[in-house]
Amino acid sequence: MWARNLLFVAVCIGGTALLLPLLVPQPEGAAKREVARPADVSQASDFQVSVAVVNAAFRRQWLAQGIEPAERGTDHTIARRMSLALAGTIPSLQELRRFEAQPAEVRLANWLDDLLADRRSSDFVAERLARAFVGVQDGPFLIYRRRRFVSWLADELQANRPYDQIVRRLIAEEGLWTDHPATNFITVTVKPDSDEGPDANVLAARVSRAFLGVRLDCAECHDHPFRSWKQSDFQSLAAFFGQTRQTFTGIRDRDGEFEVESTTTGESRAVAPAVPFAVELLPPSGERRERLASWITHPKNDALARVTVNRAWAILFGRPIVEPVDDIPRDEELPEVLRLLADDFVAHGFDWRRLLAVIASTEAFQLESRHPSADAENVTLWRRIDAAWAVFPITRLRPEQVVGSVLQSASLKTIDHQSHILVRFARAIGQREFVERYGDAGEEEFLPQGGTIPQRLLLMNGDLMREKTKDSLLGNAASQIATLAPDDKTAVEVAYLCCLTRRPTAEESAHFQARLQETGDANRRERLGDLYWSLINSTEFSWNH
Amino acid sequence: MEPLRLSATWPSTRAGVSRRLVLQSSALALAGWLGPVANVLARRAERISGHEPAQSVILLWLAGGPSQLETFDPHAGAKIAGDTRAIATVVPGIQLAEGFVRLAEEMQSVSLVRSLVSKEGDHERGTYLAKTGYRPDPTIVHPSIGAICCHQLPGGQTEIPRHVSILPNQWPARGGFLGNQYDAFKTFDPARAVPDVTAPVSAVRQAARLADQRVVEEAFALGRRQPIGTARHSAMIDEARAMMTSPQLKAFEVGDEPAALRAEYGDTPFGRGCLAARRLIEQGVRCVEVTLAGWDSHVNNHETHRRLIEILDPALAALLKDLRQRDLLDRTVVLCGGEFGRTPAINRLDGRDHWPHGFSMALAGGGIRGGQVIGATDPEGGRKVEDPRSVADIHATVLTALGIDPAHKEVSPIGRPIQFSEGAPIAALLQEPLS
Repeated sequence: MWARNLLFVAVCIGGTALLLPLLVPQPEGAAKREVARPADVSQASDFQVSVAVVNAAFRRQWLAQGIEPAERGTDHTIARRMSLALAGTIPSLQELRRFEAQPAEVRLANWLDDLLADRRSSDFVAERLARAFVGVQDGPFLIYRRRRFVSWLADELQANRPYDQIVRRLIAEEGLWTDHPATNFITVTVKPDSDEGPDANVLAARVSRAFLGVRLDCAECHDHPFRSWKQSDFQSLAAFFGQTRQTFTGIRDRDGEFEVESTTTGESRAVAPAVPFAVELLPPSGERRERLASWITHPKNDALARVTVNRAWAILFGRPIVEPVDDIPRDEELPEVLRLLADDFVAHGFDWRRLLAVIASTEAFQLESRHPSADAENVTLWRRIDAAWAVFPITRLRPEQVVGSVLQSASLKTIDHQSHILVRFARAIGQREFVERYGDAGEEEFLPQGGTIPQRLLLMNGDLMREKTKDSLLGNAASQIATLAPDDKTAVEVAYLCCLTRRPTAEESAHFQARLQETGDANRRERLGDLYWSLINSTEFSWNH
Repeated sequence: MEPLRLSATWPSTRAGVSRRLVLQSSALALAGWLGPVANVLARRAERISGHEPAQSVILLWLAGGPSQLETFDPHAGAKIAGDTRAIATVVPGIQLAEGFVRLAEEMQSVSLVRSLVSKEGDHERGTYLAKTGYRPDPTIVHPSIGAICCHQLPGGQTEIPRHVSILPNQWPARGGFLGNQYDAFKTFDPARAVPDVTAPVSAVRQAARLADQRVVEEAFALGRRQPIGTARHSAMIDEARAMMTSPQLKAFEVGDEPAALRAEYGDTPFGRGCLAARRLIEQGVRCVEVTLAGWDSHVNNHETHRRLIEILDPALAALLKDLRQRDLLDRTVVLCGGEFGRTPAINRLDGRDHWPHGFSMALAGGGIRGGQVIGATDPEGGRKVEDPRSVADIHATVLTALGIDPAHKEVSPIGRPIQFSEGAPIAALLQEPLS
């Protein structure tokens, strides 16, 4: 028995030796980045040009509207935004220490490059895209493998495959859903327990939203009430999938016509494939899905680029430029920034990672979420400033981001793919249970959702919070900080960095130092747990800002 | 996002009453000149004046797809019955499958729809259809019936969640496009504590935690007062705390009921869930969903059903009796069913597979006329169904019983008007009995 106790003590001492440098930063040695990557996107020569074009456009607009933009956010604030948007979590103390040790003029660019190359980001962003491509349903059993699909997509993003090539494979891939995971885009539409094949109408609706940025789907049953889409546009688009069948060798295309039944007469008639605009870009011959894929990814067809930019913007800002994210009117003028970024995206070969990097490097992304007008009475002025992207928008974090942040805040070291398998396993379980109770935001996760009282209850009293704020020297950062921090001031500061990615204000620091002073040594770890609870239950923790 | 709706399944002294009043009074005002719509509205007004509409819904959700043949639509003696027998009920001419001895005694309050047909033979899709009345549609998420209730009916003095799911499986009722504030609050076996409503620390520490949270809020608020006001984060913490201390939470504690009554419901999580449902309804909760899972009998169909019916029968019968004795049955719709039925043919593993081409649901209470049977399935096991009905018709019927116009269109966040239900109310279930 004593041997196990001794082992425990040894583990604690060993662990402490590893954690101590994080609590008290060591200036020398840490400044080097762990990996140097010559291919870092933000180092490319024309990168700054792309960013400058967007910045200039916003500056012109603000000037014309007589708007004074917010100040630039702190580096820590911007780093938090980037991590939440791309990796789905707040930064760890370990990451922040490395960040702070770097020269101020390069640390944000390095931070962004590291994040974009991080497997966590590929996984997290792949899930965001998958929601647009295949939704969140479990889908038909056996022939649809959602997890396989998402991990394939994450692999493609990790390899920085050009976005148009990914889209081409989604639309036109043949084969089995297991070894050709892109075909899950097709198989998810098969109705279980039916003899029908993939549903051409569902596919047409998906394609129009995800890749054309138009909600053509209400034209499935009738002409669009307020746009120029006709029911025939929808049917002709669906006809591209009209020959697609599910066979023993997977998804294949066969001969045959795509027939629709008239809702008035009930008669069937064959519908030929056709596209609703830019018809000259459609290849005149070839296999149907191939033709559609070529048309959608044609560099002169701006539809794919604009909806993709709008989505990338939403991923980073929490709010798209045009709402909803997948319905960008074609008969209205496109917001200038959306047009500029879409052109830039096509000009750079549909480079998705570069697109994210450009947006995250713009002035608009780096503005404070504070603005003097927000504290004034004038609602209209504030709304105008908010709508003009002259202040960083405050948006509700989605469930995965909240749970990712809770879990990360409770660990001083980064939880990522290098973490121990048990740590990652515990994270996956904790995350799934939490999201289930918090309420998954579903497919339309970029639509503003109201918060709910069960969400607040979960973060105040739920199992995960109980677990992560209790006294546990092995498991919880709060306890480790209480034990290892050399003084109260450091303890409070480290807790703030871990939970809110900033240092406390003078008032906050004084308040919590006083709290710690009135606490006996015996209850110090408990008190740090309480501090964690207060930080995690703040607006600041649960919102992107 | 307008602030009024933010806590919609929760106590709201502001939103509910006025919305409903406006709805009703404008309905009457418009009735004179709106042509066909006027009919519907006038009938509804009449109904409201003559008979108080139902106030709440209890959905007993039989997850997995129960066999119609072993539950509400036995064909004793027919080949498809596979030796399942039927029993008589107190209503002459209506039979239930063997095992429903207690429900048979309550049959005067219960009506059966035996002719439900759908195109959804998959659990996830069938559940979506049954709970929302719509087939899954990749372009919109429809609200469940409980969410519609909370959206349409006033909040009153209820401090606890007005939409509750007890023992949920992976697809509990949700608010859909009405918003996640209409999602059901999920809780488990009432023998266990309600999750998330108890502070994990002492009252003293909790007070200190909250006071400290305000310090953090204040630092963050500078330069952000307008968006934070809209966010209502702290206001929701206050509302959550009000719930944590509400005496109405006791409604979840079925241990307070007499042992004899608990025994009637059955000493099972589902039985306790049904008892909790009644207690919740008494506190003004609008919709309680209680799930009994395990009906997916691809193997050993008869044995699976026998075991589950032993749980379902006492709970359902006791619930109806208990509601009646407390004068709650007339204001509470009880709906019982699953996502589809099961094949008339028995497979080689003595199981039945998915069958959406003719299945049953039971309805009772809330002014629904009891002792009725709607439709019939083919005793030979074919797809011919007499008087076929859609799941949407069930929704329209329940909504009508609640005084909610099924044809009412609510505008989705992207501006698309969606009807609460596209089904037709089943007239035979809504008529007052001739007396």
